[in-house]
Amino acid sequence: MADTGALNRAGVAAGTIPRELSGPRGARPRRIVSRGNIILYGTLFVMAVYYLLPLYVMVVTSLKGMPEVRLGNIFSPPMEITFEPWVKAWATACTGLNCEGLSRGFWNSVRITVPSVILSIAIASINGYALANWRFKGANLFFTILIIGAFIPYQVMLYPIVILLREMGLYGSLTGLVLVHTVFGMPILTLLFRNYFSSIPEELFKAARVDGAGFWGIYFKIMLPMSLPIFVVAMIIQITGIWNDFLFGVVYTKPDLYPMTVQLNNIVNSVQGVKEYNVNMAATIITGLVPLIVYFASGKLFVRGIAAGAVKG
Amino acid sequence: MTQQSRPNQLFRNLHAKIAAIPMIFTAVVVFAGGTLWTIFYSFTDSGLLPRLKFVGLAQYERLWSTPRWLISIENLFIYGLGMLVFSLVVGFILAALLDQKIRFENTFRTIFLYPFALSFIVTGLVWQWILNPEFGIQNVVRQMGWESFAFDPLYNPDIVIYGILIAALWQSTGLIMCLMLAGLRGIDEDIWKAARIDGIPMWKTYLLIIVPMMKPVFITALVIIATGIVRVYDLVVAQTSGGPGIASEVPAKYVYDMMFSSQNLGQGFAASTMMLLSVLIVVIPWAYLEFGGKKRHG
Repeated sequence: MADTGALNRAGVAAGTIPRELSGPRGARPRRIVSRGNIILYGTLFVMAVYYLLPLYVMVVTSLKGMPEVRLGNIFSPPMEITFEPWVKAWATACTGLNCEGLSRGFWNSVRITVPSVILSIAIASINGYALANWRFKGANLFFTILIIGAFIPYQVMLYPIVILLREMGLYGSLTGLVLVHTVFGMPILTLLFRNYFSSIPEELFKAARVDGAGFWGIYFKIMLPMSLPIFVVAMIIQITGIWNDFLFGVVYTKPDLYPMTVQLNNIVNSVQGVKEYNVNMAATIITGLVPLIVYFASGKLFVRGIAAGAVKG
Repeated sequence: MTQQSRPNQLFRNLHAKIAAIPMIFTAVVVFAGGTLWTIFYSFTDSGLLPRLKFVGLAQYERLWSTPRWLISIENLFIYGLGMLVFSLVVGFILAALLDQKIRFENTFRTIFLYPFALSFIVTGLVWQWILNPEFGIQNVVRQMGWESFAFDPLYNPDIVIYGILIAALWQSTGLIMCLMLAGLRGIDEDIWKAARIDGIPMWKTYLLIIVPMMKPVFITALVIIATGIVRVYDLVVAQTSGGPGIASEVPAKYVYDMMFSSQNLGQGFAASTMMLLSVLIVVIPWAYLEFGGKKRHG
């Protein structure tokens, strides 16, 4: 009864077959339980366990009290769930003499990541736009150097940048670190934006020029509104990349301005005091939380960011 | 248009040039300038501060007679070889499995890729905990009854680099899998049909037909992995701090320590120049194949 009703209603809907009735397209696995399938899903399942295990261990350990951790099995679920390690990791964990927990590193990372993401994307998008639509003599040469620069190990440029920042009076400041992130984000982001803007039909650009729009007018009124997805991709690349940075943070800032990754490492690998593994794991999770949220929230766009990054290589 | 541009070539397209100033600065001053500066100063005896007293190749001679550097290079070779082989093989197998029109493909992909969103610091610390002999895998297996079981890579100088390799593979094979999957999806369905009609077994189709067809993807993956290998630094810092002793030192860490804690800039510059050299060995042939080759074919 229900079936015919559904069909009738579908028929009424102006002859078009609703998508859900047209059925799945493409080949389907013929039999659910076959030897091939058991091997296939079995392998996938085992691999999935391997990939999920560290996350599971992290969470489980961070919810146990120290006596229970010492008892011994890192894989066993907590008998008594406690959030104390999380509180301690956030507010009172020590690095050397300083016992403010991770919170300071978290806010430092926020103060580093937000301006770095905005500045690097603003500069790279305008630059990519200039390269795609307003080519000038020599532009390609500089762009080639920029892309080659992406392959140079950072260690080669570490010290010259120290000198540059010192000359500008920015060595050891957050502003300096923001500039460093902007510089090192430039190759991949410029490439990303240049390729994207090149794919926008040129007629649009020409029509705007005929209507009297200039460099900035076209950028803000046409290019920017048309390319919001690519801006999101760029944001994903930059937020995860800058949040996860360790090397630049440790080289270009002072201890009280260290980003979260550096502080996390100092807390966990500090040689003083008794090792509190549950607090360490809570701190590790908290640090990984921001990129994880970005990853799970962005889904397919994250993969697209990776594909963009792959073009770099 | 032509008349307008006559007065001065420099001011033509002025806004675009202004917009490109950050790029020009980055490319010329930071990337090119910085690199040349470091190479130049690697021939001096700079200590706490850079200074222009040339000593020829003395820094390099010293570098290559320092045990710590030699261990770093050896580690980089083992780590690099392991990364290349396992990332490519595991990445490809995972991609091939996901490409079998399976259910829950998105779920599996999400699971394999999420470690890539985490930093090397987080990765290193988690694996430090899992591989901890007192509490981690070794202890769990012993509790299950296998009393003599030994698996303590992070405390054993002979195998510590493999402990780091396990963590690095966990973090980055998802990326390679994603690239491979994109490559597999780009392959024409008809090839599969033709292979099936000819009765070629699946693994043979993959090995003899699909893999050769995916050569560009493999090369891209190879370049990405290779540049990542040379850069490995934070993972080692977090997981072992170079220990036990100096058993898990890597070149990038040598550079950092020489520059910023040993006040031996000259050594740092020489070591980083060697790192640059190792990247060029990979990148130049690739760039030649990728771009030089294209030009030749028109």
